[in-house]
Amino acid sequence: MKDMGQGFVTPDGRRIGGPVMEVKNITLRFGGVTALSDISFDIREGEVRAIIGPNGAGKSSMLNVINGFYHPQEGEVWFRGQKRGPMKPHQIAHQGIARTFQNIALFKGMSTLDNIMSGRLTKMKASMFSQAYWFGAAEREETEHREAVERIIDFLEIQAIRKTPVGRLPYGLQKRVELGRALAAEPSLLLLDEPMAGMNVEEKEDMSRFILDVNDEFGTTIALIEHDMGVVMDISDRVVVLDYGRKIGDGPPDEVRNDQAVIDAYLGVPHE
Amino acid sequence: MGDHVAPPEALDTLPKILDWNATARAGLPASREKAFGIWQSFTWAEVREEARAFALGLLNLGLAPGDRVAIVGENRPRLYWAMAASQMCGAVPVPVYQDSVAEEMQYVLDHAGARFAVVENQEQVDKLLSVKDRLPALERMIYVEPRGLRRYDHERLHAFGEVQARGRAGADRAEELDALIASAKGADTCVMLYTSGTTGKPKGVVLSHDNILSAARSSSVFDDLCAADSVLAYLPMAWVGDFIFSMGQAYVCGFSVACPESAETMLSDLKEIGPTYFFAPPRVFENLLTSVTIRMEDAGKLKKWLFRTFMDHAKRVGPDILDGKPVGFMDRLKYRLGDLLVYGPLKNTLGMSRVRLGYTAGEAIGPEIFQFYRALGVNLKQLYGQTEASVFITMQPNGEVRADTVGVPSPGVELRIDEKGEVWYRSPGVFVEYYKQPEKTAETKDAEGWVATGDAGFIEEGTGHLRIIDRAKDVGKMADGSLFAPKFIENKLKFFPDILEAVVFGAGRDMCCAFVNIDLGSVGNWAERNNIAYASYTELAQHPRVYETIRAHVEAVNRSLAEDPMLAGGQIHRFVVLHKQLDADDGELTRTQKVRRTIIADRYAPIIEALYSGAKEVFAETEVTYEDGRKGKISATLRIEDAAVVSAQRRAAA
Repeated sequence: MKDMGQGFVTPDGRRIGGPVMEVKNITLRFGGVTALSDISFDIREGEVRAIIGPNGAGKSSMLNVINGFYHPQEGEVWFRGQKRGPMKPHQIAHQGIARTFQNIALFKGMSTLDNIMSGRLTKMKASMFSQAYWFGAAEREETEHREAVERIIDFLEIQAIRKTPVGRLPYGLQKRVELGRALAAEPSLLLLDEPMAGMNVEEKEDMSRFILDVNDEFGTTIALIEHDMGVVMDISDRVVVLDYGRKIGDGPPDEVRNDQAVIDAYLGVPHE
Repeated sequence: MGDHVAPPEALDTLPKILDWNATARAGLPASREKAFGIWQSFTWAEVREEARAFALGLLNLGLAPGDRVAIVGENRPRLYWAMAASQMCGAVPVPVYQDSVAEEMQYVLDHAGARFAVVENQEQVDKLLSVKDRLPALERMIYVEPRGLRRYDHERLHAFGEVQARGRAGADRAEELDALIASAKGADTCVMLYTSGTTGKPKGVVLSHDNILSAARSSSVFDDLCAADSVLAYLPMAWVGDFIFSMGQAYVCGFSVACPESAETMLSDLKEIGPTYFFAPPRVFENLLTSVTIRMEDAGKLKKWLFRTFMDHAKRVGPDILDGKPVGFMDRLKYRLGDLLVYGPLKNTLGMSRVRLGYTAGEAIGPEIFQFYRALGVNLKQLYGQTEASVFITMQPNGEVRADTVGVPSPGVELRIDEKGEVWYRSPGVFVEYYKQPEKTAETKDAEGWVATGDAGFIEEGTGHLRIIDRAKDVGKMADGSLFAPKFIENKLKFFPDILEAVVFGAGRDMCCAFVNIDLGSVGNWAERNNIAYASYTELAQHPRVYETIRAHVEAVNRSLAEDPMLAGGQIHRFVVLHKQLDADDGELTRTQKVRRTIIADRYAPIIEALYSGAKEVFAETEVTYEDGRKGKISATLRIEDAAVVSAQRRAAA
């Protein structure tokens, strides 16, 4: 597994393919502050890839670069063998990349069903006219999309809150709905920004299970940012560790866990 | 209404009746399930085909007549089909409570010697895998829901569809299957149900096809059930009631059984399906009423006024209208108006618009709760039953429905009360035996076929209705010799929506004391409306104002107990509000939510001691078991309060 050539097989028998996304020598500055400096790594087809690091390490910035929201001053982002120029968010979505947010970004007044349906937006083709009067293509399309949404509701076991406005739901469930919305776009690459932040142990276990099941059932490549080391080590295939905008570790969980630089970054270094 | 044509009496097993239904009722709906948000129906012909394919698949996997097949999961059509399929093969289905922890499940599967297990999902597969070392007999597991199981070792694990595909491919064994179905007799075992048992390990009650069919046939006639009826199967499959309603009566009458999407969606599924025949333990009716009460308290003034005015009217005349007794014209008119404005919409919200027959059993139901539903026009009745009786012992006939009795003997049932006051019965539904426990069988069932219920009761003079007081072994004497019936007192306490559970102590003591569990839904809502902040269940439970409320309830119970000279000695002198909810996972309740007295007395011994020592507070630390089997501790200092009792002197003076 040390060899990062053309794919590998995980201990539990999943076949991981070639790189889907490669970031090369990324440097991102905000004015005089360097958020990321000279970072390179790749995300491979079918893996669960984690980006971890202490507070302010640059994790979210990194995700925003992958997502195309930030444009780094230096370095290149390659997606499926193509170098990526500056793009608008909807163009990214059309490439098959979906994400969730650290501070839930759902439509609070809308139902779970409608929120997840909004994730299908990029897949709707009927004209505005036929949508407004809901006939012909729009009607057929909605039936199709509704079925896709119902499959996600079933998958995430949120049938009971199908029609509940999401603003009324507890935090853990809102996170799950957000995952549902991201899944609705049928992404090939799913980015999760702290999917387990603020959850209790039980909710974390549920969420971990869902992330693994998404990866398993749909073959979705997943890149996630997480704070909680324990959870990350349990569910990811490879881990990138950032600290103060630099990459200080990259490899399978067990390797990273025993890496002195990583331990120092998390636990601190004693003063001489 | 639909057909009342019953399958011929000569058909003496469930699979034979299924075959008959597949022809005689081919196009009628048999099973319903919500898949991806839309209700799907299966006709009797389809159900037979699905079950047969599964049965052939089981034969192919090596299932032999006489084998036991464990069924674990929430109510799913496929699990019901798996039960029918097992019976076709001459094997015995053993439904198991799906929320049991791995240890409990291991005991039941091991005791039953199950060779096959048909389970719902990954959760149950994981549970059984975790104890498979101690289940030497278990050979194969079949799951309904494939999610998360893709990467498991499939050598002895199969998907439901895969087993059916095997069966369809190997249809050449169809004749063998037909022969197995034809050779089965009514005396053969139909199902084995493990009773949760308030004491000791669960016992496997063996019920024959004759037992199940005689109970199902006579009760269907008693209540005029037909193919046009429908039920929602949401109670545990391991419970005898569900087996009778969703398999026995459904097969005999040909009505359809709908399975809820998930346990949490039960209420909305109820509303969508609108069953005509509905069974629920008192707890469910209580919860529904509590949620209505809570919502009414949050409603606007006009709505509150409408609700109160018309509910008062309904309580006065509703039950009489339901029973067909004479009611004045103006009262009828007002009731009709109320139906339009309040009762109709309310029944619709509760999912009871179409209910023409409702039953409750298992525990005593509060008279207010009972009357509430009857006032709305829901024909809610009580029955008294046991697993050992294939459910039915007594039932209330239409027009003779009261909250304080459990009805007259069901068709074919003989009743007698022994000298100690214990109720005995004998009927065609009486169980064959406790599996592998002949000595227990002999203790319960005598040579003439009479079965002891374990309940103390009496037959009311004049009406012939049976009234149950308490568990026979729980009815005790206090130190001064007066009667102590804890369940009777506890039920009085539990009729208050604020109180979820209560345990009363007093046998052999000079006074009664009580543990109380608050109902978080009801008390939590009250706290919110009164701006009472709390961080946890424990903190809310110990709040002085909660104690004030509970004390008022306890004192009200004392006043009502004092009215009956036989029970006046059972008034509650001191009580404590517990810091944690009594829970089946901790062994404090049975899986059917009945209090396990001895275990509770043991676990909370220091609190009981404090109650009787006169202490003002007590420190309690309790171990709790989480659903995944891990353990933790909850500790708190609990207040103990005195409640006013009505003394004998004052009663004499009054």
